[in-house]
Amino acid sequence: MKSAVIVFPGSNCERDIAFTLTKITGSAPAMVWHRDAALPDDLDLVAVPGGFSYGDYLRSGAMAANSPIISDLKKRAAEGVSVLGICNGFQILTECGLLPGALLRNRNLKYVCRDVTLSVEQTDSVFTAKYKQGEVIRIPVGHHDGNYIADEDTLRQLEDQGRVAFRYCNDNGEASDDANPNGSARNIAGVFNPERTVLGMMPHPERLADTRLGGCDGTPMFESLLDRLS
Amino acid sequence: MAKATVHVTLKTGVLDPQGKAIQNALENLGFSGIESVRQGKFIELDLAEADKAKAQTAVEGMCEKLLANTVIETYKIEVSD
Repeated sequence: MKSAVIVFPGSNCERDIAFTLTKITGSAPAMVWHRDAALPDDLDLVAVPGGFSYGDYLRSGAMAANSPIISDLKKRAAEGVSVLGICNGFQILTECGLLPGALLRNRNLKYVCRDVTLSVEQTDSVFTAKYKQGEVIRIPVGHHDGNYIADEDTLRQLEDQGRVAFRYCNDNGEASDDANPNGSARNIAGVFNPERTVLGMMPHPERLADTRLGGCDGTPMFESLLDRLS
Repeated sequence: MAKATVHVTLKTGVLDPQGKAIQNALENLGFSGIESVRQGKFIELDLAEADKAKAQTAVEGMCEKLLANTVIETYKIEVSD
């Protein structure tokens, strides 16, 4: 499995994702600077990491979404290369139009940095195949702008097409309001494109994929990718 | 040379928690009768273009491409000399 990680000025999770990809897939990703014109050839996966690209100037992800590398990212995504955007990566994918909706300031205006529980809503994808449908997993979040919003038609479409990947839930797997850390519509924590080859999510699965880091609930995502993309 | 000003605000119906917090703070300070507060952005551009119509078109392009996220925001452009 051949992967790449795009690095923007202000990215700060690129090493976390590179560590986890290397550990689980057995090969290190190419680290690609955002000003490069093209990604390496024959990629299976492109990861857009978390952080604060361009200091969140104007809107989170707005500047990065117009970086030179993005036109090649869009081209690869259209060709079917899998794309995983985590946290700021998710914001960048919505800003550049690869995923619908937007991420607004958290409902309570506070930066939220803690583990949350998620329900796995869709296992038919290269990212989630190794999870069980409805499984409740624990994954950390760290964001200020994670409040997912889309118009009603888009939300309905996401639900009808099985494009909600994860929802914030309580320990019983219920998407309750008190389990929603940021005010996201319908407790949505991650969404797919129509082909389910592009996933954007606010929580960080790459940060909890090693027992030494306190848990492995993120591991199945990378095992799914390895299994499906090798 | 034209000057353009752009106001970017959240669309009606999109919750503005910062606006709400400002409203609460104003009320705590004793200001009453505030029905709602919406926070937005104000952007000033000095343009080499002298033709106001052309400047307007150019700034519309900037808003669509970068200055506003039209999924959640609307914008208002004013061009002056």
